[in-house]
Amino acid sequence: MELHNVLDFPILSLSIFLPTLGALFIWLFVKGDEAVRWASLAVSVATFLVTLPLWIYFETGTSHMQFEEFHRWIPAFNINYQLGVDGISMPFILLTSLLTVICIISAWRCITERVKEYMLAFLVLETTLIGVFCALDAVLFYFFWEAMLIPMYLIIGVWGGKNRVYATIKFFLYTLAGSVLMLVALLAMYFKAGHTFSILAFMDYPFDFTWQFWIWIAFFIAFAVKVPMWPVHTWLPDAHTEAPTAGSVILAGILLKMGAYGFLRFSLPMLPDASQYFVPFVVVLSLIAVVYISLVAMMQKDMKRLIAYSSIAHMGFVTLGTFMFTQQAVEGALFGMISHGFVAAALFLCVGVLYDRLHTREIADYGGVVNVMPVFAAVMMVFCMANVALPGASAFVAEIMVLIGTFNPSDAAQAHLAVSAKWVAIIAATSVVLSACYTLWMYKRVIFGDLTKDTVKGMPDMNMREFGYFVPLILLVVWLGVYPLPVLDVMHASVAHLIEQATTTKLDAAAALATAAPMQELAVR
Amino acid sequence: MHETAMTLNTTELLVIPALPLAASLVAGLFGWALKERLTHWICCLAVIASAILSADVFMQVQQGASFYGNFWTWMLSDQFVVPVGMMIDRLTAIMMLTVTIVSACVHVYTIGYMHGDPGYTRFFSYISGFTFSMLVLVMGNNFFTLFFGWEAVGLVSYLLIGFWFKRESANFAALKAFIVNRVGDFGFAVGILAIWYYFGTIDYREVFNQVESFVAQGHALHFLGWEISAITFICLALFIGAMGKSGQVPLHVWLPDSMEGPTPISALIHAATMVTAGVFMVARCSPMFEFSETALAAVTLVGAITAWMCATIGLVQNDIKRVIAYSTCSQLGYMFVACGVSAYSVGIFHLMTHAYFKALLFLAAGSVIHAVLADQDIRRMGQLRKYMPVTYFAMLIAALALSGVPPFAGFWSKDLIIESAKVADHLGWVGDLAYWAVLSGVFMTAFYTFRMFFLTFHNSDRLPEKTKAHVHESPKVITVPLLILSVGAALSGWWGVEVLDVANPEVAEGYFGASLFVMESHNPLATLVEEGHHAFFLTAPFWMAVGGIALAFVMYFRETAIPARLVASARPLYTFLLNKWYWDELYERIFMLPAQRIGRWLWQKGDLAIIDQGIIHGGFVETVKAGAARMREMQTGMVYHYAFAMVIGAFGFLTYLLLKG
Repeated sequence: MELHNVLDFPILSLSIFLPTLGALFIWLFVKGDEAVRWASLAVSVATFLVTLPLWIYFETGTSHMQFEEFHRWIPAFNINYQLGVDGISMPFILLTSLLTVICIISAWRCITERVKEYMLAFLVLETTLIGVFCALDAVLFYFFWEAMLIPMYLIIGVWGGKNRVYATIKFFLYTLAGSVLMLVALLAMYFKAGHTFSILAFMDYPFDFTWQFWIWIAFFIAFAVKVPMWPVHTWLPDAHTEAPTAGSVILAGILLKMGAYGFLRFSLPMLPDASQYFVPFVVVLSLIAVVYISLVAMMQKDMKRLIAYSSIAHMGFVTLGTFMFTQQAVEGALFGMISHGFVAAALFLCVGVLYDRLHTREIADYGGVVNVMPVFAAVMMVFCMANVALPGASAFVAEIMVLIGTFNPSDAAQAHLAVSAKWVAIIAATSVVLSACYTLWMYKRVIFGDLTKDTVKGMPDMNMREFGYFVPLILLVVWLGVYPLPVLDVMHASVAHLIEQATTTKLDAAAALATAAPMQELAVR
Repeated sequence: MHETAMTLNTTELLVIPALPLAASLVAGLFGWALKERLTHWICCLAVIASAILSADVFMQVQQGASFYGNFWTWMLSDQFVVPVGMMIDRLTAIMMLTVTIVSACVHVYTIGYMHGDPGYTRFFSYISGFTFSMLVLVMGNNFFTLFFGWEAVGLVSYLLIGFWFKRESANFAALKAFIVNRVGDFGFAVGILAIWYYFGTIDYREVFNQVESFVAQGHALHFLGWEISAITFICLALFIGAMGKSGQVPLHVWLPDSMEGPTPISALIHAATMVTAGVFMVARCSPMFEFSETALAAVTLVGAITAWMCATIGLVQNDIKRVIAYSTCSQLGYMFVACGVSAYSVGIFHLMTHAYFKALLFLAAGSVIHAVLADQDIRRMGQLRKYMPVTYFAMLIAALALSGVPPFAGFWSKDLIIESAKVADHLGWVGDLAYWAVLSGVFMTAFYTFRMFFLTFHNSDRLPEKTKAHVHESPKVITVPLLILSVGAALSGWWGVEVLDVANPEVAEGYFGASLFVMESHNPLATLVEEGHHAFFLTAPFWMAVGGIALAFVMYFRETAIPARLVASARPLYTFLLNKWYWDELYERIFMLPAQRIGRWLWQKGDLAIIDQGIIHGGFVETVKAGAARMREMQTGMVYHYAFAMVIGAFGFLTYLLLKG
């Protein structure tokens, strides 16, 4: 098998396992909280640097998997250690490695108990997250997908807020319920597609409609929970509220993207006919996410809960774009995930900054913060404006591309919709108003106003460390907002290929196979 | 890059918006180190330089130069390309000139007005940033640059309305302004989506060139049995955006409240420039609007209603800035009427004259407010003429210009609008209604302007004692910009008609050249010439203006007891107008409160009660628990119970699949 890897070096394996190796080293040899912090920072920065060549050496003209690696793992079941990235997965790896650095810096002072365990959890989590985006073998994918739950479970369960136990159980159950179904689906595909777990082979295998239908549902439940889509979203506000700041950052920044990534990596290319069949279903759920969830977000009293709901609404745009099967919509969805990774992460960090000072997330406990924290107010304004998708911020590029792609969807998507997709785009565009309502209303209540509360009067402005982790986020949000081309360039070929897969029916090939198969089976017997 | 016979210098064009942007960034990021003096020097010089360059561009454009080109690709995905470029033609040039001149005056004025404010450098950063955004808005060559500038000015407007963030009313007004504007932006965004869908491009030129053949193809949208032609849909969607930005009924509610911002802002953003962006957009898109009579009728109707309704509200307001704010809404309505009846050149002409005299009016009002210790209630002013002669003089010119008294600026442009509306027969009853609305509006405008004027500068001296000790003429940094704008307010009308020839019935032969498009079949200016209406003096609008001033003179100068008696005899009407037709209360009832109620209901009932308690807890978890209870001998630990049950179920499902397959 020809491996496509310009570096001739297992860079993906290194990216995946460097954090865990570092964690192992820290666990065994590093003593003292301060040393642990610096060592973890060093490991995460090193990982980030290791992932940079993925960006630099990425070939944009091809949809082929790159930086591939292949080793036999469990030959008895034809399970392989197969890695590779394309324009859909590569940006997420950099997003992960960058956000992990920021998470570790953000936890510098606010985590004082079990510092070592906390840092180890994050480094292990990074391994699993990068692993998910690199895996080209379904079992490997599933392994990372499930393994990720453990550190996340611990992060919320050990370092979380008052109701952390309820939140963790809910989080764990929801995601486990989903992933168990995914396992079933993967096993089913293994048997059907001729004893292979290769994701690329699944993409090529012509499943007939019945198979596609059931497997799609199983996948859908797994991915929809992760996205999360209405109505399986209620675990997210709880998990976010209880998670420590950095936990929320990773949760919003990366974990939510795995669901939508699953749609793009599994559902669309492997099950094109079922994906098309379910377009109206996904569209309706996405629109509910945009409208219903935005209204719910508006009424939240807890800042983290509000941002969590806002995340769900933004992910509604992502799922909508994903199922329109057009270049603009899918790229908009992908870009939206990356943009949301920065914006939502930054907003959670903003809440973290406030929380570290007053130990409350209630909007009503704040007011007039700008009087004592002007720099913070300015920073938070930038991200609030990014959250309402103002042009010049990354989110605008994402939303407008999704809307453009939805207004003018592929024939495959439109054929399954009873109404013109234009109306879908118009309903989704109400987010222009709704996002402004919930985001800026919160901003007004928290930041603006006179200083009336004694507790707020004593709040010091951000220190250099806090300011330091916002600077790269601001630069990234603005850079992606005014110059998104480098990122879009990475996506073009892979997305074009994906759309071709998603809009090409597998049924003809499946029918041909069905007529041929009994003969073969007879011959084998 | 497209080359024309005379192409403007690219560097010069880029420098014009770049200077204010750089000044804004410097003031915003380093204002704390630069302190007041250096900050205002940097910002003022940048904007003044920008104004001088704009004047240079204006003169070159007048001689036939133009520019069209792309500098940058913003977004690209398959067929969807969004470049960033400029299109400089005569429409753009006159906007650039107006924006930068008013902005430069306001910058200088701000030095005096905002002196000593803790947010001094922040303020300069905002207004320079605003100038940049507004320039992007007018100079761009496609709908995305327009939208970028559009949203950026909205952001700055939001920040500046809430500039004094300690005030609850200011914060509320800022939020309201942003959200109401976003309702308009929703329409604008939908319009852009439709433009890309139907034309496959978002470039002005490419879109405008295709319009005629596109309309001939007869595209239409269908929804629930409704049919609407695509061009009408696009124009109406864009116009919703224009309504939001330009404070047109029913999206006007934010503009009067925006007066919570510092007065220089009310002059620059909420009178002279930003709020006119909607008019600019409709004029820019004249090649599209011309092909949709429905859209033109809608523009005319909305403009006429706003012009009339906001004038009635202005009659009774007591806050000096609110009187002027309602007059801004009303005058913007006039501009839309002009565009609606296809007299775009007149609409833009009124935009220009209005920018000068309304900025002057606001800055003079600011000078007054500055003198009377930040009190804005005209009931506590009076006889200020004695203390502030320069401000008095400036306000007088502005008031005459706004009222439409010849030879001041407003007269020329407003008269043309009214005459154009008069001959707009092709719009049927909408045209008639618009004519009567704008004509009666003149009377009201003259009345409320001079009511405000007399109450402030004449009438009896009603200043509180504390204020009286303080009141004085403003310093030179304030009065000099007033005098500069006075020149504009006095002469720009004459200049526009006689020098620029904006009212030429053949638009292409007048100042605007090819930058505006009017269909032969409904060109009101041509009709005016044919019917010999082109006489400026002693027409109905003139007498309306004189009548309004005379009435104000009687009521607020001579017989000052009349107003109170009048109010007493028509109390319900007075209350109705004083409460601004109850629009705010209406919106609170039908939008704000229901949205909150629905949101709370969806959260408490939808998310918590039904999904969490009902389905997940009651249905799912309880079922699993019941099943798990039977297996308690085998497994312990809650999570694993559930997981195990699920795995079992999952394998059952798998078995089914395998058997079936």
